[in-house]
Amino acid sequence: MIPETAGPVILFSLPLAAAITVFIRPRWSVPVTLGASGVLLAAAVWVVGVVLQQGAWRHDIGGWTAPLGIGWNVDGLSAALLLLTAAVGLAGAVFHASRPAPLATVRDPRFFWPLWLFLWGGLNALFLAADLFNVYVALELVSIASVGLIGLAGGSAQAAAWRYLLATLLGSTIYLFGVALLYGRYAALDLALLTDGVERDGVTAVAAALMTLGLLLKAAVFPLHFWLPAAHGRAPPAVSAVLSAVVIAAGYYLLVRLWFGPFAPLLGTGVATLLGLLGAAAVLWGGLLALLQRRLKMLIAYSTVSQFGYGLLVFPLAAAGAAHPAWTGAVTLVLAHGLAKAALFLAAGAIVLRHGIDRLEALGGDQRGATLAWVAFAIASASLVGLPPTGGFLGKWWLAQAALATGGYFWLAILMVGTGFTAAYLWRALQAAVRPGREAGIDPATLSAALGLAALSLALSAAALGLAAPVLGVLLDAGPGAPG
Amino acid sequence: MVYLSLTGVLFVLGLHGLFTARNLLRRLLSLNILTTSVFLLFVVMARLAEPLDNVPHAIVLTGIVITVSTTAVALALVVRIAGRMREEDVGAAADTRGDVE
Repeated sequence: MIPETAGPVILFSLPLAAAITVFIRPRWSVPVTLGASGVLLAAAVWVVGVVLQQGAWRHDIGGWTAPLGIGWNVDGLSAALLLLTAAVGLAGAVFHASRPAPLATVRDPRFFWPLWLFLWGGLNALFLAADLFNVYVALELVSIASVGLIGLAGGSAQAAAWRYLLATLLGSTIYLFGVALLYGRYAALDLALLTDGVERDGVTAVAAALMTLGLLLKAAVFPLHFWLPAAHGRAPPAVSAVLSAVVIAAGYYLLVRLWFGPFAPLLGTGVATLLGLLGAAAVLWGGLLALLQRRLKMLIAYSTVSQFGYGLLVFPLAAAGAAHPAWTGAVTLVLAHGLAKAALFLAAGAIVLRHGIDRLEALGGDQRGATLAWVAFAIASASLVGLPPTGGFLGKWWLAQAALATGGYFWLAILMVGTGFTAAYLWRALQAAVRPGREAGIDPATLSAALGLAALSLALSAAALGLAAPVLGVLLDAGPGAPG
Repeated sequence: MVYLSLTGVLFVLGLHGLFTARNLLRRLLSLNILTTSVFLLFVVMARLAEPLDNVPHAIVLTGIVITVSTTAVALALVVRIAGRMREEDVGAAADTRGDVE
């Protein structure tokens, strides 16, 4: 019998070990990364299985308990995000490894794989972390790796990477300021200890405000999203996929962790409505700008701003009393978005490789070599819009239930209007496929089918998430983070 | 108390610099000042605690290591951007908003 901690240990240490190996021996990078990715996916599935069977657990590393030692916390929410990271990580690695070599836009192939694995390790560490300072360390690890990966594309991506670097470091510094205040007030950093001890007072409120602000900046919530489209639109496709699907979700994950954990007593109607309004503005503004984009990848990038707006609707709905359906719905939506958005970015990457340009009007014509990618694009779009029975539908359904139960018709309207926007801009992108186009780009024969397959498998997972509703419901209920 | 207010002053100074500076290096330095103010806050917290608390010191040490790494990454990026702008088009780089002086 293997102890339950083996899963987290693998998830935490394997990416870091593989990253170092790959950095020392660049020639082994593809086999080592793909092998590690497979093992990581298996480990994530296993962790999800254990959580389903015996519920959430906490592991104190080295047997040192909370105030002094540091711990790992595995519950339904973190297990689900670990699995999302693994799925996107594996698909992204397959995609990147099968790009035709001479066309690779990544300038330094030697640095891609180590950074990719470091990013993965940072994300896993973040989802496992059980105290506020470890979260900060993991956030910085994720930031540094992301900045490196964006900058690798060279050219204008470096400017985008610079802006992202400033935004994300500012976000984590503001967050750390909040952590310092919280530590000064309660002399504790552990999430579980804080949850038991937090009171409503001035210092706590300021700390909560600062930490939330920092995380909103990292999650690119309107109006702090200014850095996202350039960074996500200009990075290499696999990098865009993981940034949009998981790195943004990491910021959101922490917001949910904090407001449904330590800061739950502070979540009054005022705060919740403010966060909800920010979310609503993000849904509308992101949707509108996505509709106006002329480049495929920029369209998808603005869609990320819009989609994470839905996630914030959880706060007003929870404050109004429908905590459980709202919470489950929002998390499901984030998971479905992660899979679908990664599929969209990978599909877009394959399509752009085929046509050599990412202006929407130039993507028509002969689609040989990109057929699978368009199919993936269409399925992922269906999930993002929320057609039944996809994961997107499930999330929106639960959110709508919460809105109806609490009489939150304003939030319901936002949900509907946002869906309209999503359908409109994705329709625009899909329309480009069937228009007559100019003959350009590269020989379809040089494009590996693995490019389309990587996108397709993610898109199908997003669709299948809707069918896994009962399992998902049980999984997300496991853990102290889940409201009763 | 003096140190607490110093924390606030440094924090505002850093924020101001980050948003107003045009020079890439100045922005990076502002960010470092911002981080230093947070570290100072941690140290003040350690001093104010009764009895003296040593956990914030460990946190600040870790924080310093992280800041060194992020600063290194940022500097590497600045070097690349500056080099590219010198040899290539200055016009296309206008959207970086931070320019080489």
